[in-house]
Amino acid sequence: MKHYQLVVVGGGPAGLAAAIEARKNGVEDILVIERDKELGGILQQCIHNGFGLQMFKEELTGPEYAERYIVKLEELDIPYKVDTMVVDITEEKIISYMSEKEGFVTISASAIVLAMGCRERTRGAVNISGSRPSGVYNAGMAQLLINTEGFNIGKKVIILGSGDIGLIMARRLTLEGAEVVGVLARGGYAAGLARNVVQCLDDFDIPLMLRKTIIKINGKERVESVVVVDMDDKKQPIPGSEQTIECDTVLFSVGLIPENELSEKAHIKLDNRTKGPIVDDTMATDVDGIFACGNVVHVHDIVDYVSFESEKAGRSAANYIQGKRGQSKTKVFTKPGKGIGYIVPQEIQLVHDEKTVEIFMRVRSQANGVKFVVKLGNDVIREVKKNHVTPSEMEKVVIASKVLEGTDQPLSVEVVEVSNE
Amino acid sequence: MYDIAIIGAGVIGASIARELSRYKLKVALIEKENDVSMGTTKANSAIIHAGYDALPNTNKGKFNALGNAMFDDLCKELDVPFKRVGSYVLAFSHEEVRTLEELLQRGIDNQIPNMAIVDREELLKREPNLNPEVVAGLYAPTAGIIGPWELTIALAENAVDNGVDLLLNHEVLAIDKKVHFNIETNQGLIEAKLVINCAGVYADQIHNMIAKESFKISAWKGQYYLLDKMTKPLLTSIMFQCPTEKGKGVLVLPTVHGNTLIGPDSELFDDKDDVETDSQNLEFIKDKAYKTVVDLPMNRVITSFAGLRAKPSNHDFIIEETEVKDFIDVAGIESPGLSSAPAIALYVKDMVLDKMHVEEKSDFNPIRKAVPHFMDLSDEDKKTLIAKDARYGRIICRCELITEGEIIDAIKRPLGATTVDGVKRRVRPGMGRCQGGFCGSKVMEIISRELKKDIKSIVKDKNKSYIITGETKEVH
Repeated sequence: MKHYQLVVVGGGPAGLAAAIEARKNGVEDILVIERDKELGGILQQCIHNGFGLQMFKEELTGPEYAERYIVKLEELDIPYKVDTMVVDITEEKIISYMSEKEGFVTISASAIVLAMGCRERTRGAVNISGSRPSGVYNAGMAQLLINTEGFNIGKKVIILGSGDIGLIMARRLTLEGAEVVGVLARGGYAAGLARNVVQCLDDFDIPLMLRKTIIKINGKERVESVVVVDMDDKKQPIPGSEQTIECDTVLFSVGLIPENELSEKAHIKLDNRTKGPIVDDTMATDVDGIFACGNVVHVHDIVDYVSFESEKAGRSAANYIQGKRGQSKTKVFTKPGKGIGYIVPQEIQLVHDEKTVEIFMRVRSQANGVKFVVKLGNDVIREVKKNHVTPSEMEKVVIASKVLEGTDQPLSVEVVEVSNE
Repeated sequence: MYDIAIIGAGVIGASIARELSRYKLKVALIEKENDVSMGTTKANSAIIHAGYDALPNTNKGKFNALGNAMFDDLCKELDVPFKRVGSYVLAFSHEEVRTLEELLQRGIDNQIPNMAIVDREELLKREPNLNPEVVAGLYAPTAGIIGPWELTIALAENAVDNGVDLLLNHEVLAIDKKVHFNIETNQGLIEAKLVINCAGVYADQIHNMIAKESFKISAWKGQYYLLDKMTKPLLTSIMFQCPTEKGKGVLVLPTVHGNTLIGPDSELFDDKDDVETDSQNLEFIKDKAYKTVVDLPMNRVITSFAGLRAKPSNHDFIIEETEVKDFIDVAGIESPGLSSAPAIALYVKDMVLDKMHVEEKSDFNPIRKAVPHFMDLSDEDKKTLIAKDARYGRIICRCELITEGEIIDAIKRPLGATTVDGVKRRVRPGMGRCQGGFCGSKVMEIISRELKKDIKSIVKDKNKSYIITGETKEVH
């Protein structure tokens, strides 16, 4: 059985950044395994721009951003396999993969970085009744068919879900000649980035329909119409507000779920809130020598942060392989407090000599004029004022490592209203 | 001129076709849709009932008990997934325990083997996820779970292998008889000496084309939830609730593939084409299901669907010749229809042989092999398949780990898949938690390539379910 020092599962932005950083930190023997026919992950189908503002101070398209890393990977001569799917990972870091070229192969690794990304929540999971005609797509699948395969998938489209993917697809469909009758949001505001609402909907006169949802899809063989209903403040449908809207295509952009079947096979503990592995401040999972980064840990909104996070995982994997992973200097668990949906990392150990720890989180609902109150146990250690927070924008708080050393108190963050101070 | 024309390629029509293909008969199996198993067979509880529920001295009672016993051999010959997991009817009160006792007696009358009433302690030991308020359960060890469309596809493949003509996309429009039957379809005339009507919810319409109206088939819709596969299965056996006048109540059961199925309810529907789900009905099913498993993980729902039962106006299977000689109805095959199918096929075969004295074929081949599930094969067998066709090395469906080689097999074999859902029913891409989100476009590409069809013409299921409307940047 062939052995590698480091195997990276996934050749998207997370896997690529981790592999490159591991090489830069001295790991010679790396293998990146990617199931698609090309490297780049989901970026390959994201032909819109807006990527790279943080990392490169440029505004790139998805494929351009991916290319920066692919070129670097090839410059560094890091081996990779495409059209190859990892089907099993064990706690002992035995990996099984399959491809047309090689068949069924088992290898071992000293360390693994998991970078499998995420998948889309489906119509079935959001319980929309009616018939099951053709013409119902997840936004990402529609994006693949249009951008990568070059097909049009419908003429009159309604989009459920105002997250970034839904907004981007509204624009893409319009540019390819379809009529987008509207983008529906259950709440009182669009779930995606503000700039996408402007650049995708406003600029193209696509209606944003707030406080609405689809409750039924009609159509014997192909979509013929949907039934839309108004939502009240508690996100419940208002009886009597049903409206039938004619269309031939329904796009669902109703959330992303980290894809962790392989993590579960390796008995890695997952966080119920993020649906991704529980990781520490070095992106280590609870299985020795297995690290994780990118959307497989928690769904990001900006790929630049995926890259930063994945560099951290690559560095950590390198340290681990070289026996440089230190002892825990602390045992702090992070706890989402009032108003916070989740926090990553879930655990802080300070095994390396980083001066600061970055914690990432998302709020549960939109709010203005608030502050994040960061507590270690009962003591407030930081307060960060925020003019505006929203679930669609990931937040970061930086904490000095010294403050967290030698304790087992939980670190919590809560959202507190700032009353005219 | 065919000896026999069977109308309807659901599990009943396919079972009869396969049985008749043992004999020196020229048989046509006529189906209006583009694939077999497109009606009730596509959407049901997938249960092989033990047979205690049907009343003795009815067709249902007789054929269920006989049919149930035949499934081990049948599924072995046809390579169809089937597991005798047993079933329980759950009682939550002492009144309901009396119902269990009645059902037990009915089971004894129907000669159903090894049934027993199991007390709460034993029941919870066997099935720890059950509602702890359960009082007792009626256990029927011979009940099982099956893949209904896998069975139908297997029966049809084997029938075709043994000489039956499968005529897909042939909708019967009119039937008349002079010396023999003239069946007018949308693709021309079919002549046959004997006709067997297995047309499901439309059996009364087909009957009325040639014979005097003597029964009505009403379509009773049942809706279901399907839950994702879980690392620790929720249940081992099928769980029934005590029956009411409306039917067997809401079930919670494992599927033969490892999912959990919840449902059905029962509601009369006028439109025999309507298989829509309804949120109110789904809510009702969910609420009732919580009685069986208190913390049913409804956040693991991957899809919901509906099927139509062909309910006969006389409440029993109608398996008889009409006043028009040699026109045989096999109608009103609602539950326990699937369980009864092999026994019904034998009975109808006897009816046919009484009229047409023909010999058995000496070269009848009862064995049919399914597309092997690659990931279940031994390492040796995996290597052999990959050596034969390297495309068994490429995984297309991530959720169910299905390889390209399996999909190609499903398309290229006789009665092969021509649609996305046809592939789904044969080898499962699209059945998993991503519901085709990852594999859908890849499956389309493979169908297009293997069948040399323009990818734009590939449909999801029925003929008008187009997927792609054109190419981007096309000049009109």
